[in-house]
Amino acid sequence: MSHEVVEKNVGLLAVIIFLVVSVGGLVEIVPLFFLKSTTQPVEGVEPYSPLRLAGRDIYIREGCYVCHSQMIRPFRAETERYGHYSVAGEFVYDHPFQWGSKRTGPDLARVGGRYSDQWHRIHLINPRDVVPDSVMPGFPWLAKNKLDPSLIQRKMRVMNKLISMTCNGCRTYTEEEIANAPKQLEGKTEMDALIAYLQGLGTDIKTRR
Amino acid sequence: MNDADFIFSSDFWSWWIIALTLGNILACWWLLIWTSKPRPGEAAVGEVTGHVWDETLEEYNNPLPRWWLWLFNITIVFALVYLTLYPGLGKYRGILGWTEEKQWQAEVDAAKKRYEPIFARYAKVPVAALAKDPDAVKIGRRLFLNYCAVCHGSDAGGGPGFPNLTDNDWLHGGTPEAIEKTILDGRQGAMPAWEPILGKDGVDKVAEYVMSLSGRPVDQAKAAEGKKIFQQNCVACHGPDGKGNQAIGAPNLTDNIWLYGGSPGTIRKTIAKGRNGRMPAHRDFLGEEKVHLLAAYVYSLSHKQ
Repeated sequence: MSHEVVEKNVGLLAVIIFLVVSVGGLVEIVPLFFLKSTTQPVEGVEPYSPLRLAGRDIYIREGCYVCHSQMIRPFRAETERYGHYSVAGEFVYDHPFQWGSKRTGPDLARVGGRYSDQWHRIHLINPRDVVPDSVMPGFPWLAKNKLDPSLIQRKMRVMNKLISMTCNGCRTYTEEEIANAPKQLEGKTEMDALIAYLQGLGTDIKTRR
Repeated sequence: MNDADFIFSSDFWSWWIIALTLGNILACWWLLIWTSKPRPGEAAVGEVTGHVWDETLEEYNNPLPRWWLWLFNITIVFALVYLTLYPGLGKYRGILGWTEEKQWQAEVDAAKKRYEPIFARYAKVPVAALAKDPDAVKIGRRLFLNYCAVCHGSDAGGGPGFPNLTDNDWLHGGTPEAIEKTILDGRQGAMPAWEPILGKDGVDKVAEYVMSLSGRPVDQAKAAEGKKIFQQNCVACHGPDGKGNQAIGAPNLTDNIWLYGGSPGTIRKTIAKGRNGRMPAHRDFLGEEKVHLLAAYVYSLSHKQ
């Protein structure tokens, strides 16, 4: 095929460009859906409880991922500070994952259990009450806003679709879990949900720092 | 790359990656050769092609500069060498057998070799003696700043809900063993909420009595009634004299040191709503040897010579 033909037919040029660009994705992304490490949960990793699922949405809504990563890299300096490096099987129920790419604040992949609920409450309302030189904004409204239990069942059904599309070793929410979900959210604040979410992060792999 | 990263649901995907990767490298190589060959009807090398832009801008049919061509060739060779040595081609692990996991393990092992003897040496020394060793205290302080200061403050002075570690007033005991146990296994405070039982009025009276225990000026009549309620409900944990019980972490109410704050309003809130402070366990996080040094540092704070 002559260079001139390609150059003078925009449609053909576009098709050929698309083919060339797609090779990267075909090699680097598509096989991930068929890889054991990305489609099998790590032992103990379960779908988010309704309260934690709601808290996860608060985390995303407030843009926590803008300053906090959830991805401990396999370097000693990181594993000393944060704990065992992250592995793909820990994120099979995360849609979308919250790995992030910037650490203005510390990594949160294993923050679960490191501080008390009370600490999180004080810290989320005004971080400087416990960390004097923190640059994190306060989120005092989370303690006042009540969760809306009417949305959780739909969220869980959407999650079930996403989980079954991407992870063959995962389990989906049962009908019973979905039926009981709104009850578990009743009377809870957004703060309760966010803290529940944070307190469970990364607790399925335990190793010494 | 970890070991699980080599396991696909079927070998097809391994071959898929290999075929596409090598196919692309070959295609690049073929493209280099194919485009460097002259074609019939093309202008000779060094002549203008006949394309003209903006009236006078002409294009010469010159080959790619040699150095540039060689850069392409070198990247192809580099890719092939890399894919031979390192993982990249599907299930193939590479001659070197490198994985991220192994590299991390090597880093950790090297650090262990260096630091383990130091920690092992300190682990044999009792906490009280370590607290007098400036080097040990220095290490303990660094660990403290890393793992503990977020709650207890960088000066260990604490804050509302987070105990001051410098004042030799202890909820769960200040012996070296108690401090070590607190850090290793954590502690759970459990002050129940009394408002549902005592009512708002009852809480007010008990608060008056509790403040009188540390010699603060109070409404005597209220305090006297509060004392009766205290004797019926509070002595099981805080003791008949209000001096607390370190075995269950019940604070001493007579020393005018207040974990959550000593204002009348805060004391009433503590009684009414209860408190459930929690010190997280650090056995799995830090290991016993690091906790031993941390205990020495904490002990040193209230045992200065």
